[in-house]
Amino acid sequence: MNTTVVAQLQRQFQDYIVSLYQQGFLDNQFSELRKLQDEGTPDFVSEVVSLFFDDCSKLIDTMSRSLERPDNVDFKQVDSGVHQLKGSSSSVGARRVKNVCISFKECCHVQNREGCLRCLQQVDYEYKMLKTKLQDLFNLEQQILQAGGTIPQVDIN
Amino acid sequence: MALREIASSSSPELHVLAVDDSFVDRKVIERLLKISACKVTTVESGTRALQYLGLDGDNGSSGLKDLKVNLIVTDYSMPGLTGYELLKKIKESSAFREIPVVIMSSENIQPRIEQCMIEGAEDFLLKPVKLADVKRLKELIMRGSEADEGKTKKLSPKRILQNDIDSSPSSSSTSSSSSSHDVSSLDDDIPSSKRIKLESRVND
Repeated sequence: MNTTVVAQLQRQFQDYIVSLYQQGFLDNQFSELRKLQDEGTPDFVSEVVSLFFDDCSKLIDTMSRSLERPDNVDFKQVDSGVHQLKGSSSSVGARRVKNVCISFKECCHVQNREGCLRCLQQVDYEYKMLKTKLQDLFNLEQQILQAGGTIPQVDIN
Repeated sequence: MALREIASSSSPELHVLAVDDSFVDRKVIERLLKISACKVTTVESGTRALQYLGLDGDNGSSGLKDLKVNLIVTDYSMPGLTGYELLKKIKESSAFREIPVVIMSSENIQPRIEQCMIEGAEDFLLKPVKLADVKRLKELIMRGSEADEGKTKKLSPKRILQNDIDSSPSSSSTSSSSSSHDVSSLDDDIPSSKRIKLESRVND
């Protein structure tokens, strides 16, 4: 094992994950999830976020259809979708996605279709952005493991 | 026989039934519970939960003698049967009313929480659920079941079974206590008159 390489990768990983927290992509719940991962379940976090991203894609699709026709918007259904999205984003620590959902809910309550469409677009953007960022993070993890190192526990407090 | 053997040979793990319509949340709660050394069954709805417990219209007789659920954790807002409605159904059932039920919700709505506690919920967890929440919960349940040992009124049907009845159709094998406790030790503390009283209450 090349300890220099491992140390460098670990440093990179640490810096990257800290930046994700600092930039508000992730919140404390993500670190709670990381606590649940161990050598026996090394893919737990990536599996959960993968489910979350699938959720995002499906819900955004459904909501998009509900919002399609200006004269016939089922705001209840959109609200239900946002509620689910808010819940799961909260459960994985996807902070930006969750925050968009909060505004999104407001738009549903006042039946503001334009507002809803904007939020929908934003939520789509945010989840895809997060997906890319986390993919980079998981890749770094893999590189560390392949180089024979261990993934650092990062204290974000 | 029989129950002393069963009690000591069965797993000391708590068996938790987790109910949530969100796939993501089910995965998380499952992991939280497993890491806290619990056996976990997850279902996606209140209706499924009732089916699992055998409460879906079959007069409350579970018929599943091996079904031991020590704790039910359920989301509040679910389509179809809400967590609150599920809670009520469980508390209405003679077979399962002793099982602690914990409600989870992403919304911190005081009247909602009170309503659940009044209906007999053991606790209320605000989502997102963390490891510390589950650890605390587990301690609560384990401590609660230890306290049960000394309280005659909280005896589960299982203990009555052991004393006088060979088999009873209404007895569910569920017990709110962890199965690591030696159930048979309780007999000696209970005078027979009390046992009979308990028996009739159970058969209500």
